[in-house]
Amino acid sequence: MLIRRRLVPLAALAALLGGLSACGSSEDEDTLTLYSGRIAPILSPAVKQYEDASGFDVKTRYGDSPSLAATITEEGDNSPADLFFAQDAGSLDAVEKKGLLLKLPADILAKVDKRFQSAAGMWIGTTGRSRVIAYGEQVKRSELPDSPLKLTDEKWKGKVGWAPRNASLQGYITALRLIEGEDVARKWLEGMVANDVQVYDSNIPVRDAVAKKEIDLGLINHYYVAEAQAEDPNYPVKVHFPPKDLGSLVNTAGVGVLASSSHKQQALRFVRQMLSDETQKYFADSSKEYPLVAGVAAPKELTPLADIPSPNIDLAKLGDLQGTLKLMRETGAL
Amino acid sequence: MLGRRLPSAFGARRPPLALLGLGLVVGLAAALPALYLVFAVLDDASAALDAVLTERTVGLITRSLGLAVAVTAAAIAIAVPLAWLTVRSDLPGRRIWATLLTLPLVIPSYIGAYLFVSALGPRGALADLLGVDKLPSIYGFTGAFAVLTLFTYPLVLIPLRGALARMDPSLEEAARVMGRGPREVFRSVVLPQLAPAIGAGGVLVALYVLSDFGAVSIMRFNSFTRDIYIAYESGFGRTEAAALGMVLVVVMLVLFALYARVRSARALHRVTPGTQRPAQPVRLGRWRWPALAFCATVAAIALVLPVGVLLYWATKQISSGLELGALATNSWHSLLAAAAAAIAAGLGAVVVALLSVRYPSFVTRIVERVGYAGYALPGIVVALALVFFTTRVALPLYQTLAVLVFALAIHYLPLAVSPISSSLLQVPPRLEEAARGLGRGPLAVLRTITTPLVASGVLGGAALVFLHALKELPATLLLAPIGFDTLATDVWQQTSFGFYEASAIPALLLLLIAAPPLYLLSSKGSVAS
Repeated sequence: MLIRRRLVPLAALAALLGGLSACGSSEDEDTLTLYSGRIAPILSPAVKQYEDASGFDVKTRYGDSPSLAATITEEGDNSPADLFFAQDAGSLDAVEKKGLLLKLPADILAKVDKRFQSAAGMWIGTTGRSRVIAYGEQVKRSELPDSPLKLTDEKWKGKVGWAPRNASLQGYITALRLIEGEDVARKWLEGMVANDVQVYDSNIPVRDAVAKKEIDLGLINHYYVAEAQAEDPNYPVKVHFPPKDLGSLVNTAGVGVLASSSHKQQALRFVRQMLSDETQKYFADSSKEYPLVAGVAAPKELTPLADIPSPNIDLAKLGDLQGTLKLMRETGAL
Repeated sequence: MLGRRLPSAFGARRPPLALLGLGLVVGLAAALPALYLVFAVLDDASAALDAVLTERTVGLITRSLGLAVAVTAAAIAIAVPLAWLTVRSDLPGRRIWATLLTLPLVIPSYIGAYLFVSALGPRGALADLLGVDKLPSIYGFTGAFAVLTLFTYPLVLIPLRGALARMDPSLEEAARVMGRGPREVFRSVVLPQLAPAIGAGGVLVALYVLSDFGAVSIMRFNSFTRDIYIAYESGFGRTEAAALGMVLVVVMLVLFALYARVRSARALHRVTPGTQRPAQPVRLGRWRWPALAFCATVAAIALVLPVGVLLYWATKQISSGLELGALATNSWHSLLAAAAAAIAAGLGAVVVALLSVRYPSFVTRIVERVGYAGYALPGIVVALALVFFTTRVALPLYQTLAVLVFALAIHYLPLAVSPISSSLLQVPPRLEEAARGLGRGPLAVLRTITTPLVASGVLGGAALVFLHALKELPATLLLAPIGFDTLATDVWQQTSFGFYEASAIPALLLLLIAAPPLYLLSSKGSVAS
């Protein structure tokens, strides 16, 4: 009896250890490792297109872009990753600054407008997203402000929502600092805080709060509304592209190849696949983002990229996040 | 009868070398996250100082501490009556209540917070139900306080039930015989004996609140940990984030010093001859109705409400089809990782607890306190620490399940240490010494005398680790083998895409997996011997 009682936990432990080692990692020769800040439902069909075309397998680690960027930084040259696919330019820029990315060849860089790639050619944008003002049905079109800077108006007190932890909003503020100057950015942030801007965790809760009429307006990326409308054509939120000032800045999701990769040629082939007409069209259809390769049509329900009033600034410069965070903290926006 | 502990009475108690060696290994393992912070801070020490020495830091720490103190007090206020009712009274359905009332612990705080916003937010379901336009805002301190209290009070309830079950009833009986009323007995005899368990649970609640990100973030409460995440999210803030993390470690050490005071105040075992026997349940009589109402209210708010919303979402989800295969695999992964982490942390914690309770010294104190660092730090710090060390010294193990289990075990080690310590405090060292005196070796004593007596503490501790590891997210995302999806990562994938309804089924499965161990634990809690 006693013996049996002792054997049970021992057997359980042995089974567990067996399980642990069985799940160990194995280095496959024809397998690419991808770190993705984009979520599986969006990315995996695109990965499948590459796998079908190349015969290579891809193992994908999903996480949020900044955490994955931090992970790659800590891994350094020992990173198992061959590729990093990020939601925002800032995360790619952070990895580039550590010197961990491979310079992309000219044929890849030529496919996408210079605005949507790293200045040094270390990563490339795959799809674009625009900063917009989402508004609820209770707001009349004529009331909408022609610039995000006017959201500090008394009229919108307590009625605007944003997600200050969101990389896209931070990128927007960086652009504001670069183009309109530090003072304008500071005044705007102070004005927003004084105007009781409602703080949310991320873009989706902002959109949902507009839908529930908790707030009238929300500063988010365009595709969140497009996605919701694809699910429900009567979704009670509309999108406004403000024409003035920084208007509806376009930011990008993108991909880079790690310099430490042992499968560089295949990794580059993966990047080419992401920029192929097939995959670009897939992204446009599924996630309602702007394809960045010329000749691929944007989702027809979106304002064409060319018509979006977006300032011509170097996205790579959006990397000065530290200054932006400092300003946001000083003004109480974060 | 509660005698002061007099270590000198036993002569200089030196721990056996093997135990000390194991303790140092466990201590070193648990110190890795803190060590990583030191490396990261030394990268750029002046930037680190700049990041920390600001008014903002002071303000945020004050806010976070304020929240931690408030939540801890409220959690204790809820847990003490619940523990007493489910262990020492004749409350109908004690075991069921004990299980139900512990389950809220398994609801990930970001899901819990989101559920509360959906139900009680300004435009939530309750507003619809009442037909009002807008409810008063629950965001900020109020919301964070409510959510964290409701999902952390089981951290006090579990050790407290264990302590109550192990408590020697003869003390209370003596006090009653000497003419004290029941209330007086509770205050002067029962409560002091429960202080270590309350303290242990309270420290865990406070540290949980300090390191929580999910709930404060959704409830829009600007806390210190939220700031650490923001620093990481900026992609540039490694040094800054590490510096802020160090502040958290210091705060943790102060908190822990306070707790150590509560714990070391007295020894809690009998010093008179005789053996302990189980207490007779107290008859509630007509008090059973308010008691039931109290249990039901807590269960309704902390469990039925969130589970109700989840079930509602799940039914919508089921109609649009389920991926049963993936759900089964993810459940197995969650179970495997959490169980392995619970065993590993349980073993490590026995070592730490034995050292700190039986052989208190400067070295053993350091080992124990360092262990708490992993728990006080946000999960992302623990994860990155393991990324940092594994890729440098154990590359072949990187991103294997073994490293994930190791990370979970050191992250949650204190959860197992504190119940084991509290139960050890209630075991008279005389028993162990008698066995030694009769010629048994230290390990034989450990196996035959100490282990059976603290078994409920060990089980309770391992169960706490299991429950936390089930819902862990940041370390699992970064350290698990690629493709090793768990229920928690599934919940995360769905919510990060705004598919809150699709997260309902994995979240419910988490609760289902957690329920059986909690039920077993609840029986351990009510059978004293």
